[in-house]
Amino acid sequence: MEWIDLLSSAPFWIAVLRLATPLILGTLGVLLCERAGVLNLGIEGIMVAGAFAGWLAVYLGAPLWLGVLAAAAAGAVFGLLHAGLTVSLGLSQHVSGLGVTLLATSLSYFAYRVTFPSVNTPPTIQPFAEMKFLAGVPLVGPVLAGQTPMTLLALAAVPLVAWVLNRTPLGLAVRMVGENPAAAEGQGLPVARLRTGAVVAGSALMGVAGSFLTLAAFNAFFFNMVNGRGWICVALVVFASWRPGKALLGALIFACFDALQLRLQQGGASLPGLPELPYQAYLMLPYILSILALVAVARRAAYPQALMKPYRKGER
Amino acid sequence: MMRFTLERRADPSRLALLLAPLAAVAFTLLACMLLVAWAGAPVGRTYALLFEGAFGSRFALSETLTRATPLMLTGLACAVAFRARLYNIGAEGQLYLGALAAVAVGGMHGGSSFELPMPLLFAGMIAAAALAGAVLLLVPALLKTRLGVDEVVTTLLGNFVVLLFVSMMLDGPMKDPMGMGWPQSVALDGALELGKLLARTRAHTGLLWAVGLAVGLWLVQRYTVFGFQMRSVGANAQAARFLGLPVQRVTLCVAMLSGALAGLAGAIEVAGRTSYVTLDMSPGYGYAGVVVAMLAGLHPLGVLAASLFVAGMQVGADSMSRAVAVPNYIADVIVAVALLAMLVATLFAQYRLRRNP
Repeated sequence: MEWIDLLSSAPFWIAVLRLATPLILGTLGVLLCERAGVLNLGIEGIMVAGAFAGWLAVYLGAPLWLGVLAAAAAGAVFGLLHAGLTVSLGLSQHVSGLGVTLLATSLSYFAYRVTFPSVNTPPTIQPFAEMKFLAGVPLVGPVLAGQTPMTLLALAAVPLVAWVLNRTPLGLAVRMVGENPAAAEGQGLPVARLRTGAVVAGSALMGVAGSFLTLAAFNAFFFNMVNGRGWICVALVVFASWRPGKALLGALIFACFDALQLRLQQGGASLPGLPELPYQAYLMLPYILSILALVAVARRAAYPQALMKPYRKGER
Repeated sequence: MMRFTLERRADPSRLALLLAPLAAVAFTLLACMLLVAWAGAPVGRTYALLFEGAFGSRFALSETLTRATPLMLTGLACAVAFRARLYNIGAEGQLYLGALAAVAVGGMHGGSSFELPMPLLFAGMIAAAALAGAVLLLVPALLKTRLGVDEVVTTLLGNFVVLLFVSMMLDGPMKDPMGMGWPQSVALDGALELGKLLARTRAHTGLLWAVGLAVGLWLVQRYTVFGFQMRSVGANAQAARFLGLPVQRVTLCVAMLSGALAGLAGAIEVAGRTSYVTLDMSPGYGYAGVVVAMLAGLHPLGVLAASLFVAGMQVGADSMSRAVAVPNYIADVIVAVALLAMLVATLFAQYRLRRNP
């Protein structure tokens, strides 16, 4: 197979957009939290909780979109916990985030096992259907026709988050508490409430990101199904220099490599210029790329100034 | 509306700081009763089975000690790094690479190990494992000190890379020819295996290594110049820099020490329990090490007690879930809640809640 065939084939780009969807939503979630000055390493577990909550709701008879809402709610609850610990109490954002990840993951697994004590094959649901009716759209039609509505939701969320952050007074306030909470306080802004709100909203997005896995990509809940995607989102935010547009770009570039490694791994169809490697080498690629992306932008990364700094009124 | 603020206690009582972990554990066990009740099991009996399965018999205790041994080492790895504000979440990867290095040196390649006197080979095995872990953490540490790349994300992502690398090795150059297709490494030379601590159990002398290292680390932190430097860098890196301490070098040394401890955990697991490297040899010992370190308040001796607690919950939950209908994932929930509760308990030992008019 030639590179040109691959890059002009619709199945490849369908895979790219599908793989990018949870990354886009998750990255936007991390971005919202970090813009308000809170690192949220709970994402890995929140995605598991979202995947489980969304799937369970649909399994119990709810419509698919209510499942997405359930995932958002599950994410928001864990976000509230993380905000309570890091914003209200000012605890270490690193450790609290890891704790939230452990808690959300183990609670989801526990709840899954309590609800389904003895199933050998995971119970399935009818997931989101592909939007075949979009096939007629010029140029991108064939690619869009292979997507579920959740991908459109993710693509729509990018300009929405960008608009809220950059063009509304609320967004300005959120960015301000992430850059200089003391000055924000001086302006009469409720720092703790803004930060909590941003973390809860961001975590809801992470929950939705997780639910894409069970409601659109697959039709069941598996253990380890998130498999590091959350950590990749944390890396992508740095790569995107905390901008929603660049986050979309980063997620797409990343998904391109992921789709490529899937293709190389399954098909065995080798591309010119690429060596024959064990399949594990291709599986490593996404993680190594994330690390390289972090290194590449490290020198000029403009972190939100108050990221990881708890704000306690009157304490320096 | 009534408002509360946190106010730092002028001199936090040592007793409160010591009681914090106990309060956290007590709160955790109370909170998790809800989950047991939700699963529909009798709460009292479930907890009785949990603790009986963890500490109730000679066998239970030996299993808990076996499980606690690698946790002590990964816990120490995290504690020493966190103390210097180096957030090493990569102990899982370091453990696996250490195990792989141990087998690379001490394994039966082509039917026999290297032609070396056994004590020398044993030392080589230990050194290789420690070195592998140390070098693995040195990379994120250098990225942190040189380029300012957050080490949490790099070490987390590194775990996935290392696990895939181990999988690649077990499929390729280090595959066990006698493994009947199981993905496992060649066996460790039987003469290198650690002795048993208790007859007819799996508890092995690796426990003594872990305890010895914990005491050693405590002495180093408390009584040596390097220990003082580590603590200063962690307490306030800027002040340490003004004092003229080589902050970057200290951070790198801490990284080597932390990585070496986690790598050692891998070697001790292979030499004491598994004899092979397999892809499921660690049920998340590296991640649990973070919890152990936090529960211990980052104190090396506290790590010993905390790993007994975490290991006990895991072993106890396994045996309990065979008797009543409570999934053994409850152990992970207990450990996670304990971590968060510990954070809050320590905070309130250091701060008081003050009501503003």
